[in-house]
Amino acid sequence: MAEKVLMKGNEAIAEAAIMAGCRHYFGYPITPQTEVAAYMAKRMPKIEGGVFLQAESEIAAINMVYGVAATGKRVMTSSSSPGISLKSEGISYIAGCDLPALIVNVQRGGPGLGGIQPSQSDYFQATRGSGHGDYHLIVLAPASVQEMASLTFKAFNLADKYRMPTMILADGTMGQMMEPVSLDMGEVETYEKPWALTGTNMEREHNIVNSLSLVPEELEKFNFERFEKYKAIEENEALCEEFMMEDAEICVAAFGIASRVSKNAVLEARKQGIKVGLIRPITLWPFPKKAFRAAADKVKAFVSVEMSMGQMIEDVKLATECKKPVSLCNRAGGMIPSPDQVLNAIIEANKGGDK
Amino acid sequence: MSKSSSILFAGFGGQGVLFVGKFLAYKGLDEGKQVSWLPSYGPEMRGGTASCSVIISDDPIGSPIINEPDILVAMNLPSLDKYEASVKKGGKIILDSSLIGRKVQRDDVEVFYLPATQLANDNNIPKLANMIIAGKLMKECDAVSSDNIREALSHVVSARHQDMLEVNLGAIEIGYNA
Repeated sequence: MAEKVLMKGNEAIAEAAIMAGCRHYFGYPITPQTEVAAYMAKRMPKIEGGVFLQAESEIAAINMVYGVAATGKRVMTSSSSPGISLKSEGISYIAGCDLPALIVNVQRGGPGLGGIQPSQSDYFQATRGSGHGDYHLIVLAPASVQEMASLTFKAFNLADKYRMPTMILADGTMGQMMEPVSLDMGEVETYEKPWALTGTNMEREHNIVNSLSLVPEELEKFNFERFEKYKAIEENEALCEEFMMEDAEICVAAFGIASRVSKNAVLEARKQGIKVGLIRPITLWPFPKKAFRAAADKVKAFVSVEMSMGQMIEDVKLATECKKPVSLCNRAGGMIPSPDQVLNAIIEANKGGDK
Repeated sequence: MSKSSSILFAGFGGQGVLFVGKFLAYKGLDEGKQVSWLPSYGPEMRGGTASCSVIISDDPIGSPIINEPDILVAMNLPSLDKYEASVKKGGKIILDSSLIGRKVQRDDVEVFYLPATQLANDNNIPKLANMIIAGKLMKECDAVSSDNIREALSHVVSARHQDMLEVNLGAIEIGYNA
């Protein structure tokens, strides 16, 4: 195992991306993700073939990503909430062209320009596809600096494997905090990319990468085919961590930094004799439905802990088919729930009062 | 028994609260412990109050956010005013008594008054009050050991400024013996 170093979450994303073979980074500064760009600016020029470019806007940056992705090279951009809204048109085009790329969102409070403190209120945007049209991103939600690195590495592999954009959905806390990281990332998976625009050398037919399709019968076919792929992803790629769920009667659902706070609360509630566990979705899309569906047969209630007005709670209800009550424990606008707040929500759910 | 220490460093931007926090986090990491370091970020970094939360633990760390610190390091009055009440009962407060005129009002915490800025000026290392306080913290709290300080410092003092390593060591020693 590689030696552990202390890194900020944002830096861990950048280094892991380079280790995954990403040589093209396009971005535009915005708090609290700027360290990703700063790290890339420092490192990329020193790497053979490395490109760091600060674009004139988020819209320009995502379209540069679109261009490089069409050539089959590993490419990424990063931003924070308002910047992701700007990038969403480009993300839709990338999804419509079935191109692999990584988009990192280090969330801050919204809506609008909002604030700069951590938030999870872009859950809907990330999991429902932020732009227009029928599409999904594979969305990974790290809960430690180690995962900021390992899930970034994984995101590039998944993007190539399924020919689609992937997203790291982090938040300001995850981006700014430092924890020990082992940069032992394993093998870079390589995939054939016969569709890539690499020049024909007059030896093959032209490849065309395009999302325009004016014949509705054809466009429908593309959509159905894409959703066949999504079905396979939902079947094979959903990930979650289960914590103290074996004998749990209450199940807390939380991802990212909210899951860290929730773990403290779960441990405290256990000390008070409450049988409570935690399911932490690692992939937000595909949502780990099976784990929640199985839990719904065992527990008496769910508590969704979120730094938003309640977004993931809808997926918890869908996955559990509303078999058990699901309550919301939340803060918003850049505030983080305290372990005591979560503990109280667990106690309430255990009483069976809250619905 | 497994142990966990949560330390909140707070002061003006520029006093080196992030740096001293990083040093202690590395010290914990060198000792094989679990550590987390979380800075305040945003406009307060540009001249207002800055803070950083460091947890050093034998066990995996849940939340990196500290609501009730075991140890508060207050390097200016606004920081003491803001965080004094949050310190855990039986916890410790170390403050820079050259910059903070008042006494701690609580009687359920242990307080160390250290004229860190004065000591730094007297020893001609005016920017290292933070490391003087680190020395005091290492003596009075058992969050980290006082062995192999040089190794932990080598992670945080940049290669270009290796001469600063000895100066930092000296500052820690001053605080340790104060």
